[in-house]
Amino acid sequence: MGRFILRRIALALITLWLLSVIVFVACEVMPGDVARSILGPTAAPETVEALNEELGTDRPVVVRYADWMAGIFQGDLGESHAFRRPVDEMIWPALWNSAKLAFLAFLLVVPLGIVGGVIAALHEGRAADRAISVGGLSAAAIPDFVWAVVTILVFGIWLEILPVTAQAPPGASFLTRVEYLILPALCLVFVLFGYLARMARAGTTEALDSDYTRTAVLKGLPRRTVIRRHVLRNSLLPTIAVVATQTGYLIGGLVAIELIFNYPGIGRLIVRAADQKDFPLLQGTVLVIGVVYLLATLVADLAYAYLNPRIRYGAAM
Amino acid sequence: MSTVDEIAPIVVHDSARASRRERLRLVLRSRTFLVGAVIVGFWVFCALFGPAVVPDDPYADDILNRLQPPSSEHWFGTDRLGRDVFSRVIVGARDILIVATLATVLGTLLGTALGLVTGYFRGLTDEAIMRVVDAFLAIPIVVIGLLALTALGPSRVTVVLVIGIVFTPIIARTVRAAVLSERELEYVEAARLRNEHAPYVLFGEILPNVLGPVLVEFTVRLGYAIFAIATLSFLGFGIQPPAPDWGLQIFEHYGLLGAGDWWPTLFPALAIATLVVGVNLIADGLTQAFER
Repeated sequence: MGRFILRRIALALITLWLLSVIVFVACEVMPGDVARSILGPTAAPETVEALNEELGTDRPVVVRYADWMAGIFQGDLGESHAFRRPVDEMIWPALWNSAKLAFLAFLLVVPLGIVGGVIAALHEGRAADRAISVGGLSAAAIPDFVWAVVTILVFGIWLEILPVTAQAPPGASFLTRVEYLILPALCLVFVLFGYLARMARAGTTEALDSDYTRTAVLKGLPRRTVIRRHVLRNSLLPTIAVVATQTGYLIGGLVAIELIFNYPGIGRLIVRAADQKDFPLLQGTVLVIGVVYLLATLVADLAYAYLNPRIRYGAAM
Repeated sequence: MSTVDEIAPIVVHDSARASRRERLRLVLRSRTFLVGAVIVGFWVFCALFGPAVVPDDPYADDILNRLQPPSSEHWFGTDRLGRDVFSRVIVGARDILIVATLATVLGTLLGTALGLVTGYFRGLTDEAIMRVVDAFLAIPIVVIGLLALTALGPSRVTVVLVIGIVFTPIIARTVRAAVLSERELEYVEAARLRNEHAPYVLFGEILPNVLGPVLVEFTVRLGYAIFAIATLSFLGFGIQPPAPDWGLQIFEHYGLLGAGDWWPTLFPALAIATLVVGVNLIADGLTQAFER
């Protein structure tokens, strides 16, 4: 177990370093002349030169990378060009807002997905199974902003039962603020449900086919008890892993959702940074998203390993 | 000895063809595949012949008739510049299908080559590729696209390159897994004993046998590519105005939803939804036929 944890953390660190290189190359090497790409082709050469000097982008690439990394280790992500504020000051509140939205979405989709998957598995090959499996995967294939358009129209404008922006007026109560988050969370639920249900279904089918389930049935336990005590316990394990791997997708989905619902989260911040060609802000937000994803998968792997006795006791991996 | 040499290839050939026919039969019997094929076929028809059959010029402004609700004259209404939404939705299939297909083809070609090489030789390159895959997977594809399009400026070529390059390591991983099980089989050993060059063994012997997983992966990735390109266009970083792209149409009109002008947003949204669902149904049908 100890070796497994160390190995996983080492791999995550290597991936994180590669990630920083990718982000740095995309933001500081690919644009060529950073100031020119900010100011546009019509700007005077002197202005471009002055901006490059001000931003420090006239220095060699290696120096800039080392400088950026040194800053990150001190918790300093640089200063945003467009907003003239430290990048980390802008990222944390946005990340917190996104976390609230993501949390609500998970709160809704995890029980729904598990119940859907278990129902599909118990009716394997029949209509309910096909409806949940094909319907879930089709829903997942549809981009989140398309779901946003449909849900805004149906619930916000035609039925008029839910607000169409995600931001409650200042001073609103907790319940009102949750109410404002329901529509965007619902869009994420539509997209995530299929994956979760598929994992829960796969886990349940496998557990249903197993020897211990057959033993439980043969020794005369009622079907309800067999499903609750023997099948569900084993089928939920893979579902835990999938919940965390969807975090990355979730954040990607937040980009369009937060824009369409005008919600001040990390997704909207990325789009703003990209719109303004604010490379320090863009670098910072993308890096933070990568770190969140890597942490989530790391925690999921460790939790999975802890729950799975074959990895907990074995020296494998 | 000579008789064996003459007969063996013929038998192999026949059984390969029979199993291929069996697969095809399975695919065609799959209802999900057929429904998906009809939907995608419809959009491919629109992409090919749309400009010739639509009732109105999708680019023609008509400011006096802006934001007209659906009527017998304009089936899907008109948009904020008075352009016919129906014509724009039909013609809009072209851009997204071309860009998504090119991106997926690029990713599949590079990824298959990379997967063949890493799976066959294994070792350090293999380990390195897996780390790069992990690093790419840590950032959602839409965010990578946003990053690259901000740095390089929005253009169709950039979209194709970015999505193709992000797909490459992901597809390579799938192909690699297929190659790892193929390389242990006898026909690969036989080719090696005949002293064939590595490139011949890879592309002449192993490649034809992993085409099934490659095809499935291609269809699955095509769905993701459409998803990503539509999202990038919606964010304003993909296909640029005045193109009748679906994501772009939603980007230009979703602000009007609150005022009750739903048609220039809803119809392109439904177009995206049907196309991605169609591609996914095809992928689902192929997966079931190839993974038995």
